[in-house]
Amino acid sequence: MRSVLAALLLVPVIATADDGFVRVPQGTLVSVLKYEDNLAPQNIDSFEIMRAPVTNAQFLAFVRTHPQWQRSQVSPVFAEPGRYLSHWQGPLQLGPGVLPEQPVVQVSWFAANAYCEAIGARLPVWNEWEYVAAADTLRRDARQDPAWREGVLAWYSSPSNQPLAAVAQRPANVYGVYDSHGLVWEWTQDFSAMLVSSDNRTQSDPDKAQFCGAGALSIKDKEDYAVMMRVAMLSSLQAVNSTANLGFRCAR
Amino acid sequence: MKRMMLSLLLMLPLPVLATPPLAPESVLQINNRFTDQNGQDFVLASRRGNTQLVAMFYTSCRYVCPLIIDSAFGVERSLSADERRKLHVLLVSLDPARDTPEALMSVVAKRHIDTRRWTLARTDDAGVRVFAALIGTRYRKLSDGDFNHTSALVLLDAEGRVLARTETLGAIPDPEFLAKVKRALQQ
Repeated sequence: MRSVLAALLLVPVIATADDGFVRVPQGTLVSVLKYEDNLAPQNIDSFEIMRAPVTNAQFLAFVRTHPQWQRSQVSPVFAEPGRYLSHWQGPLQLGPGVLPEQPVVQVSWFAANAYCEAIGARLPVWNEWEYVAAADTLRRDARQDPAWREGVLAWYSSPSNQPLAAVAQRPANVYGVYDSHGLVWEWTQDFSAMLVSSDNRTQSDPDKAQFCGAGALSIKDKEDYAVMMRVAMLSSLQAVNSTANLGFRCAR
Repeated sequence: MKRMMLSLLLMLPLPVLATPPLAPESVLQINNRFTDQNGQDFVLASRRGNTQLVAMFYTSCRYVCPLIIDSAFGVERSLSADERRKLHVLLVSLDPARDTPEALMSVVAKRHIDTRRWTLARTDDAGVRVFAALIGTRYRKLSDGDFNHTSALVLLDAEGRVLARTETLGAIPDPEFLAKVKRALQQ
């Protein structure tokens, strides 16, 4: 009897085919972003997220079946002509300098959003991204560990003119998620919600009338430079923009 | 002979009936389903053909959103009757959870809105995100269900291309923006 039980325990729990997503359990997040209306730790419902950022190979397969997202055909309201996928050799060729396993970059928010919708998913919201990115290989929240912070910051301070590594080359975090830090920056569904827009950063009358109600943003943990840099970067972007180190992954 | 010509004609494709694709710069090309204050579904492409003002708002908003409606009224009042007839207005709700067609209709009644030219509409969450991104509205849902958002009136030409935008709101229209509205209506 005991041996039957032992045998049962050896059966893998995951019965479904692996499609690249991993389930992240419910929990709470003390976000680095402090909103006036939301000071308490926030509840994060369980969700699924892609283990690794979307690769060139995956995005190429998408534009093959969705020609309106090929760089030669995309509408200029959805992606910047001359930037969007500009590192690929052609609309449907990666070319010698671009590896299939590298994360796709030079994609607009609209394109990332469309990719996720096409696979029945969505972009993660900022809180979900931050919740996952707070983990290291052993802990769900490693953010107070100075060594962890230094490791993350080291990437942000290294020059970004090196070719991008392939995804999932370094150890996954405790959820099984790769590359939250150290490879590319990532779009979130609500990147524009942070309202740390250029208008707010400049001193020219921060026109309160622009906003319906309160809810201003400040940064809670000023030691968390790495996340602050992400917030500053994302909040400076428009949905049509793309950059050489900004990719994405999907959630659902 | 006549009959043969006719049958030949019938075999030809009818280019007049086929709608040419929207201009690549048009923001009306998204496929998300919108619903107006009467509960009628539509896609944005159906609004092609008229110069229009677009903006985002939500019905329970107490501060800035009434100002957005005031601003569109302000533009209208500064136009001649002829110009006014040609200008359409589309207000899209940021709040699909609460803004049913009935809620939209209550704003129509309260603000005496002429629905021959104005449309108040809702779409789903995904539609809100894409439309807001297209017209450059940034927003965040607050914990009490209200929204933090930037406010702008955006001028679209008949193809749905963005011609101008203003964040100067109020009953007295932004003169530069108004000039662009008038110019667009002349075309």
